[in-house]
Amino acid sequence: MSQSASVGECSHIPITVEFTGGLELLFGNVRKHKISVPSRMSDENPTNISYLLPYLVDNLMQDQRKEMFIMEDNVRPGILVLINDADWELEGEEKYELQPGDNIVFVSTLHGG
Amino acid sequence: MDPLNDKCAALQARIAATEAQLAELKQELARAQDVVADARNQNSTVLNESHGSQDRSKWPLSREEYKRYGRQMIVSQVGLSGQLNLKAARVLLVGAGGLGCPAAQYLAGAGVGTLGLIDGDTVEVSNLHRQVLHRTRNVGMYKVDSAIESLKELNPHPNYVAHRTHLTPSEAPKIFAQYDLILDCTDNPATRYLISDTAVLLGKPLVSASALRTEGQLMVLNNPPRPPGDKSGGPCYRCVFPKPPPADSVVSCADGGILGPVVGTMGVLQALEAIKVITAIESSAPESPLLHMFSAYSNPLCRTIRIRSRRTNCAVCSAEATVSLDTITSGSMDYVFFCGSANPPSLLRKDERVSARQYRELSSQSDDNLDKSTLPRRHTIIDVRDKTQFGICHLENSINIPISDILASASTEATPLWVPTELVATNSEEPVYVVCRLGNDSQLAVQRMKELGLDRGGQRFIGDIQGGLRAWREQVDPEWPEY
Repeated sequence: MSQSASVGECSHIPITVEFTGGLELLFGNVRKHKISVPSRMSDENPTNISYLLPYLVDNLMQDQRKEMFIMEDNVRPGILVLINDADWELEGEEKYELQPGDNIVFVSTLHGG
Repeated sequence: MDPLNDKCAALQARIAATEAQLAELKQELARAQDVVADARNQNSTVLNESHGSQDRSKWPLSREEYKRYGRQMIVSQVGLSGQLNLKAARVLLVGAGGLGCPAAQYLAGAGVGTLGLIDGDTVEVSNLHRQVLHRTRNVGMYKVDSAIESLKELNPHPNYVAHRTHLTPSEAPKIFAQYDLILDCTDNPATRYLISDTAVLLGKPLVSASALRTEGQLMVLNNPPRPPGDKSGGPCYRCVFPKPPPADSVVSCADGGILGPVVGTMGVLQALEAIKVITAIESSAPESPLLHMFSAYSNPLCRTIRIRSRRTNCAVCSAEATVSLDTITSGSMDYVFFCGSANPPSLLRKDERVSARQYRELSSQSDDNLDKSTLPRRHTIIDVRDKTQFGICHLENSINIPISDILASASTEATPLWVPTELVATNSEEPVYVVCRLGNDSQLAVQRMKELGLDRGGQRFIGDIQGGLRAWREQVDPEWPEY
């Protein structure tokens, strides 16, 4: 167990990632994933959402069509990102630094009716 | 057999003709009833005006209305003032389908004074499992007429207005101007942006919902409905989704499927939110903007998240707005272009495709003319629909490899797991045919298989059945289920 942030190099943050609105189809048809991400990015800064996006593509996404999830280094239009039940735009978007136990939800908008 | 077949065909033709005639008569009747209702409304307005406050009764509602709406009027959030607000309200539902039907049903039941419905579609059999106002006998009729027929049986008091057309940018402002509150019950992004833009520019609150498969989403937008640039107004659809999704990521209910109670739940919630907006006490502080997400197979069933407020650079509701009623009606704001359209792919050359009839001939040759016990199967037929659709019906001897499995594998992989052993046998030259529902995914699959070199540089034919299983039904087997 790491006692302080200075030991952070090898420590990980446990988070929950969820996909809904059809996005789960890109992630092995599983909605809820409990994962651990490194607590520091390669530049030693705390891990944020902009690190998480490619991390999910490389480690969790099973479908090869990356553009269904990421476009121009951001989530593709039509996907909302929720951080602990709030729109990520209320939390600093991709600069939000992940905290242990965070719940990150990716929602694809629906259009049927 | 033949005379009997002929007789059946003749009877079917007569039934179809009679049904068409019936639908026409019903539409004519609906139009006539509209005229009568309009005339009656005008008369009653004149009466009320001429008699002023001395008109008949000192009570604001009729005796029947007190009884009819009593159970909701005694709920403290409604009360008499709420009921009178409902009676004075003019609500427009855009779309009379899976969302619009239940929403209209509850709003009519609640006593909304004027209910407008706009939809250019006619009722189809495949609508009936979820579009609960439409009756089997009304297949072929305009949805708005069919819906209003049911609504009048439920509650004769409201004034029902039928708009038998799809919402167009040139007409939208003129139509929206006649209403106080808009419900977006449509099924495509282009119309959703048009509805939101028009609602914002005319200062109407908007209750927007959508549904697909087992999930639904709901937002109350532009509430309170302040002018563009006023940050205290509620966010609009563009604040939440400034860029439309890529057209090929948009899935319709026809392609993805939909459970009736799921879209029904969302429509009922729209009616609820509409009632809340109409009966709200004006001084009460507005709720922070929310998105409600319903998921039938998740626990909890419903979760609510806080969404952003108005975007400071929103193209419609900010001080920097570029969209105006003029740009909408003139067509310079092109919604179809903005949202793009996913054209059916045409990836394969003509000689890489066979018609359903050709495939029938090819496959029956190998069935009838050859001894199957000594010869291997003469061809491979791969069905790339998902497992569920394959389970509903599939061609004899077809192998199911869902398109999602095919596209999920990288084209750089040597031999992905989904490739059946028949296809990797090194020297086989037996042709491979790929089929799907409509003939789109089958082309993607053929292309991917060729990228993987399964056609061994052209030595083995890999192609698709043009038009998919729909063409199979049209050209080969009329008994084939249409779902």
